[in-house]
Amino acid sequence: MSPSATSEPIKRSVVVDAPIEHAFEIFTKRFGSFKPVEHNLLAVKIAETVFEPRVGGYLYDRGVDGSECRWARVLAYEPPYRVLLSWNISPRWQIETDPDKASEWEVRFIAETPERTRVEIEHRKFERHGEGWESLRDGVGGDQGWPLYLQRYSESLARGY
Amino acid sequence: MAYSRSAWTALADPTRRTVFARIVERPSSVNELARALPVSRPAVSQHLKVLKNAGLVIDMRAGKRRIYSIDRKGVAAFRAEIDRFWDKTLAAYKLAAEQLEEKGK
Repeated sequence: MSPSATSEPIKRSVVVDAPIEHAFEIFTKRFGSFKPVEHNLLAVKIAETVFEPRVGGYLYDRGVDGSECRWARVLAYEPPYRVLLSWNISPRWQIETDPDKASEWEVRFIAETPERTRVEIEHRKFERHGEGWESLRDGVGGDQGWPLYLQRYSESLARGY
Repeated sequence: MAYSRSAWTALADPTRRTVFARIVERPSSVNELARALPVSRPAVSQHLKVLKNAGLVIDMRAGKRRIYSIDRKGVAAFRAEIDRFWDKTLAAYKLAAEQLEEKGK
């Protein structure tokens, strides 16, 4: 995959039969109710997902044992129109504490009618996760490793893993 | 495919997470992992298989040993995982928003 394909934004949208204020409220206050359950980096089950409704707040998971996973930070909070958050999970599947190495996702709410809202998601700046990736000393790189590696990689893509 | 798992699911298991964390720190063989962790060699192999199917690690032969390391092209795989995350999340969000809207009426 080319670098540009890697860093290209992910765009999704959905139209919901609900007024914009309601659509915004559900998205923020009840994020934990619709987030996929496997989206969990804690060692235990998630008791609660909290979306702190302010710039500088976090979207975090709290485990049943009280542990926390702060995987997104609120960068803009503009009810009922827009939120912007960072994505602080690294490609190593660990929490990324360096804000410069986090991608970001924007959610925009657009009232199509008083009873219908279009919700657009744009997740972008993936290249930020890649900074420093190449400098990783994993000891198995080098010319001999690449052909096998590329083969495995294309196999995994073909599987649609 | 049913055979492969998502990265999230693969990491949901605490032992597997430990194995993966160790590989993130340092590429290792099955024996090295079994020595460093309170996990048997066959169990380590099984966990590695799942991690590999999830696209989290790759293995390469180094002489007689097989060394496991994290996927250096992980950003692309990672992005694909997030892509699926948003599909699922938005579909479930639509249900949540519309259900609660009906109840509220």
